[in-house]
Amino acid sequence: MALIRKLPIDLQLNFIGRRFLFLMFSAVLMLGSLGLFATQGLNLGVDFRGGILMEVRTPQAADLGELRSRLNGLGIGEVALQQFGEPTDVLINIARQDGDEEEQILAIETVKDALGPEVEMRRQEFVGPKIGDELKEAGLLATVLALLGIGIYIWLRFEWQFGIAALIALAHDVIATVGFYSLTQIEFNLATLAAVLTIAGYSINDTVVIFDRVREKLRRFKKLPLPEVLNRAINMTLSRTILTSLTTLLALGALFFFGGEVIRGFTAGLIWGVVIGTYSSIALAVPLLTFMKLRRGGESDEEDAESKAVKASS
Amino acid sequence: MVHLPRWQVIMILLVLLAGLVYASPNVLFSRDQANEMAESAGWVPHQQISLGLDLRGGVYLLTEVDLDYVFAEDRENLADDIRRELTRDGIAFSGLGDLGGTIGLTLENAEDADQAREAIAALRQGLQIESLDGGALRVSFTDAETRLRGNQILAQAIEVMRRRIDEMGTREASIQRHGDDRILIQVPGLDDPQRLKEIIGKTAVLSFRFVNENVRPGGPIPPSSEELPAADSGRSGLPSSYVVSKRIMVGGDSLTEAQATFEQGRPVVAFGFDAQGAKRFGDATRDNVGSLFAIVLDDQVISAPVINEPILGGRGIISGSFTTQEAQDLALLLRAGALPAPITYLEERTVGPGLGADSILAGEIASVLGLVFVVVFMVGAYGLFGAMASVALFFNLVLLVAALSVLQATLTLPGIAGIVLTIGMAVDANVLIFERIREEMRNGRGQVTAVDAGYRRAMSTILDSNLTTLIAALLLFQFGSGPIKGFAVTLSLGLLTSMFSAIMVTRLIVVTWLRSRKPQALAI
Repeated sequence: MALIRKLPIDLQLNFIGRRFLFLMFSAVLMLGSLGLFATQGLNLGVDFRGGILMEVRTPQAADLGELRSRLNGLGIGEVALQQFGEPTDVLINIARQDGDEEEQILAIETVKDALGPEVEMRRQEFVGPKIGDELKEAGLLATVLALLGIGIYIWLRFEWQFGIAALIALAHDVIATVGFYSLTQIEFNLATLAAVLTIAGYSINDTVVIFDRVREKLRRFKKLPLPEVLNRAINMTLSRTILTSLTTLLALGALFFFGGEVIRGFTAGLIWGVVIGTYSSIALAVPLLTFMKLRRGGESDEEDAESKAVKASS
Repeated sequence: MVHLPRWQVIMILLVLLAGLVYASPNVLFSRDQANEMAESAGWVPHQQISLGLDLRGGVYLLTEVDLDYVFAEDRENLADDIRRELTRDGIAFSGLGDLGGTIGLTLENAEDADQAREAIAALRQGLQIESLDGGALRVSFTDAETRLRGNQILAQAIEVMRRRIDEMGTREASIQRHGDDRILIQVPGLDDPQRLKEIIGKTAVLSFRFVNENVRPGGPIPPSSEELPAADSGRSGLPSSYVVSKRIMVGGDSLTEAQATFEQGRPVVAFGFDAQGAKRFGDATRDNVGSLFAIVLDDQVISAPVINEPILGGRGIISGSFTTQEAQDLALLLRAGALPAPITYLEERTVGPGLGADSILAGEIASVLGLVFVVVFMVGAYGLFGAMASVALFFNLVLLVAALSVLQATLTLPGIAGIVLTIGMAVDANVLIFERIREEMRNGRGQVTAVDAGYRRAMSTILDSNLTTLIAALLLFQFGSGPIKGFAVTLSLGLLTSMFSAIMVTRLIVVTWLRSRKPQALAI
């Protein structure tokens, strides 16, 4: 009945042996992401850019061309229109107006008047330039602090080498996700920033589980060469890593397809992040440990003590 | 780990029971029923999850109060008082003026410094006076005094906004201080932010003053007067601006009532003064029959009628070119009082009721489907143990809903995403434990010891992995705003409830099953 029993146990996949392949792949991924970020940047949402966003519903399927010509003649700069989920729903992005907050509010009214009363206003967001800048700063600060906080926690619970490996893997995931948003040009707003931080939390979750196993194996098998120990740790936790990623992806898939248009961009980033986070835990964080001088030994052989304890209790 | 002490079993069951009881109002009652129960039967658990503005619909408005405006005004008044005081004391000085933050002046005789300092210090509390070379003085408010004043202005602004919004007939509006000089206004259920902005944005400083009829607008204006535009400039036959005296005959703070009404079919605002205001208004009009006086609102002249006869009863009418709505709004503003400082809007988010309802529905569908997918997957992968984990997952959701209801944490759309993510990640702890048990059995342990070791060894891993995610969630809570805070809340609470349900609830189920069935082999 339980399908899991059909899965091969004790896989002997050699992750560490292929570590240069993974490093190459990650390096290309990083360079690609940074390159995309540098050349085409992020499609910053109204939260960070400042400006005006409206979501409206028209009585019939919206005629984007007609709407576009109507709104672009209003003298409020470029008005970007985009269909949003339903054919009747349109997202209107208005660039930040010259001048102060007062001007922005005027622009909203101008657009509303131009649209007429039969158009339903579903959402209207206005973020002043001041708040946009503040949100950008707070977002960057939160990301950096989250990475540092997680790194410090790992350093306290494990050893500093693990902390560094985990931090590199985390930065990898964050950069790859930024690259994802740059490539797809999905709007990057407060919610997507939250997605990035959640990915950091998720990826580290995976990494910690494997690190825990590495630490345990390091204590138990002092004579075994390091790459062998690391491989075993990855393989032993592999089915868990994959199962958890699958259940998370299943739930996120439901959210992506049925959760509505407003959070689709956010969910897309989470899905990408789960995949990349899983990859980086297995193929980056652990192999990175081979480049660091891990301290081994010190404590007594746990295996013996444990098996005695088991015999005594059973 | 396999032997659960009786008290732990009782505790787990009690927590689950409490979860069911406190989560139930969300399913059993409608929102109105729940509100009714809060009043009639407060002891029955009735709290439902409180929905954020992005789900309920409503207006979120962040405003900034221009404190510097008031501080500059304060300095101007102080400079006036210093001028008067020093002149009275016979101290000669020059160059009195605002240097931007401090008031500067130079004494003619440097030996007057001590006397001047004493006189100035007696004018206000919290002054800081500095003597420079050559008899120069620098006067400013201390930082503590400035902060105190800022707090006072903000509290006053909040009070005025609350009165105005209450007068609009809106329920459940929340008006909170946000940082040093900001006010956050949240009005659920409102879908016209424009009217809200018109109502709270007006400073609404009202004054009655005389029109200076000796000077024509556009010409040179004496320092005691100023030229102000007419509110309805452009209306035929009326001037587009007036020269009015700076001296205020009666201020808006003397008003005790204001009502929109009709006079000769036109909307007007009827007002009444308090006793002192009525006397001043009466005296001034008695002495100036035949001249013009101006009703000035926020530096605009609403109307400038002729004084036909002394107005002694302290009652009067403001007539301008109002629509009925404008007359009602003006009456409302006058009743609620003036804002102590001008405000600007920094951020505004409005969600209409339609989008909110759609988002709730989409969130519900996604949550249920996510749950179904995960349950099917877990049962498929782990069989009986997967079913046990699914029961724990169900209780996890119950506990999460109960916690959100009891804590009255606000559920937002990203918050729903947090719940769905929790559903996906919650089984992780179970997977970790089950995989450990499988492994221990492969290593040749008996089923009871395998289960025992599985739980024991997975524990530190579960703790580590959840704590790191919690760090990220707490930072999101700290730095995020509005909807993102909602995501951080559900993610954090979800982590805690999922740890409880995975570690305690599944263990209770597994242990009970092991004891009652005494299975020969674990199907895992």
